[in-house]
Amino acid sequence: MSALSIQAHQLSKTFGHFVAVKDLSLEVQPGEIFGFLGANGAGKTTAMRMLCGLLKPSFGHAMVAGFNIATQTEQVKKNIGYMSQKFSIYDDLTLKENIQLFSTIYGLKSAQTQERMKQLASQFGLENKLKSLVSTLPLGWKQKLAFSLAIIHQPRIVFLDEPTSGVDPITRRQFWEMISDTAKAGTTVFVSTHYMDEAEYCDRVSIMVDGQIQVLDTPQKIREQFSAPTMDDVFSLLARKKP
Amino acid sequence: MPMRALAAFIKKEFLHIFRDKRSLLVIFCMPIALVMIFGVVISTEIHHAKIAIVDLSDKVRSQQLIEKINSSGYFQTVAYLHSTLNLEEVFRAQNIRLAILIPPHFSKNVENNASSTLQLIADGSDLNAATTLIGNASNIIQEFAQETSVALRAPPPFRVLPRMHYNPEQKDVFMFIPGILALVLMIVSAMMTSITLVREKEFGTWRLLSSTPLPSMVIIVGKLIPYFLLSAINSCLILALATSVFGMPIHGSLWGLLGVCFLFILTSLSLGIFISSITNTQQAAILASMVGLFLPTTFLSGFIFPVENMPAWLQPIAHIVPAKWFIEAMKLMMLKGATLHSVLKQIYVLTGMAVLLLAISMRRSRKQAT
Repeated sequence: MSALSIQAHQLSKTFGHFVAVKDLSLEVQPGEIFGFLGANGAGKTTAMRMLCGLLKPSFGHAMVAGFNIATQTEQVKKNIGYMSQKFSIYDDLTLKENIQLFSTIYGLKSAQTQERMKQLASQFGLENKLKSLVSTLPLGWKQKLAFSLAIIHQPRIVFLDEPTSGVDPITRRQFWEMISDTAKAGTTVFVSTHYMDEAEYCDRVSIMVDGQIQVLDTPQKIREQFSAPTMDDVFSLLARKKP
Repeated sequence: MPMRALAAFIKKEFLHIFRDKRSLLVIFCMPIALVMIFGVVISTEIHHAKIAIVDLSDKVRSQQLIEKINSSGYFQTVAYLHSTLNLEEVFRAQNIRLAILIPPHFSKNVENNASSTLQLIADGSDLNAATTLIGNASNIIQEFAQETSVALRAPPPFRVLPRMHYNPEQKDVFMFIPGILALVLMIVSAMMTSITLVREKEFGTWRLLSSTPLPSMVIIVGKLIPYFLLSAINSCLILALATSVFGMPIHGSLWGLLGVCFLFILTSLSLGIFISSITNTQQAAILASMVGLFLPTTFLSGFIFPVENMPAWLQPIAHIVPAKWFIEAMKLMMLKGATLHSVLKQIYVLTGMAVLLLAISMRRSRKQAT
């Protein structure tokens, strides 16, 4: 068993003639916050779905939490959490009902569920809202709940697919604090975003353009390498470079 | 199969249903409304139709006949005439549907056991009603002829005794109930299931669920069990209404009947799964259900129009409508008292359809996953 959280080697996915992801290779350490950057349509979601065991790779292989993503999907799914782009949770259920549903799906016993619910509620300030229907809550709360659901079973790795899209800057900052707390507690965070400024919150980032990773390093080193003041400038340089 | 997760999933599904007023309305109010509409409002039986009687005989026997016509409940005589001169005017002014002409010497002919000819003039602008009215009037007159000939101790030359076997009272509602049942089960099982499955896709919760270790089989089964239960309750409700309010008989075994209902629910559920596998939005699922389920169930299943009367090219299409087989089996079992053994053909067809649809949708969803 590998000590690495994620280890991908030349992972590729094609749909017909279209190459969505090409030769993706990366390694992520336990407890690391890994930023997976790229424009919309660069192949981030496809890559992430492969790493979550939701999509079979066309070529290459990858180990997540020590399990093969192509052959041990069930083991992979047990050890990861996933938060999808639209904070998809059940609108017509209360926060509590959502939490109970997902903790049961992940096989938590009811005592464990109660304990986790208390813990997460106090950590994210959801205590007063547990009995409200999700549909009555503002987007920021939904985002917090979606994140709580993704880590309800204390997974080794949590995959966040553009968790901050459509949210105001203050909520975004609060959300990154939540991510950083979670990583400090030992969970690896693999987060995709198209906001380049968010790269600064990550330990290391990769920037994907047209299905391929162009750079992979710490934010600071990347900026130095391109001698650019911000990640946004780096991204502009990369985007301009392409034919 | 992880039973705790399945139970939690089923609970969630019931919460969805009970928190949505529209789906509650569809599931519990619509069946009752449909039965009532078809049973009470839409009816080809005609009672108290306005008629005119032209009595050219005007003697004891003709008055006896008129009394018999009036007391039958089918007719309400609004005009008594003694000549045909004003008949056209009465048709127009009093809006009568039928005129009965009693010839001169009618009374005398009856006494002498000689034959007479009565004329029935019906308003042909509503052909279906006219046919029914003429049938009712003829029956009463025939009956009268027999009664009088018995009273006069003269045997009639011959008699025709028509009887609607399996539905002696000719109640329409008996014809409609199996169709309504089919329609309701289609809506609750097929349409509602397809909508709720597609909703998970549309809101992205399907992707969220597939990222968990929950097998997709649990998701499907967890969706089906609540709708199966609700449909089963609905079948019992409609059958109870049919027997208690409309006096519909159940000549076959009740358990056999419920068994066929449950089989049809399974077929409808697989149709729902199939529709959800070919659509991606709730609107598309509703549209597909409308075109693919309700139109055929209403018009091609024999619910309203008999399959035998359809043009030859349409009949094969009617045979692939699941409701056609279900309605056939229901009519056989309820009205003719058929056993499960004699509806085996229908049972095989419905089972085959369910298996085929499930196999196709599973293949499709597996393709989508890779």
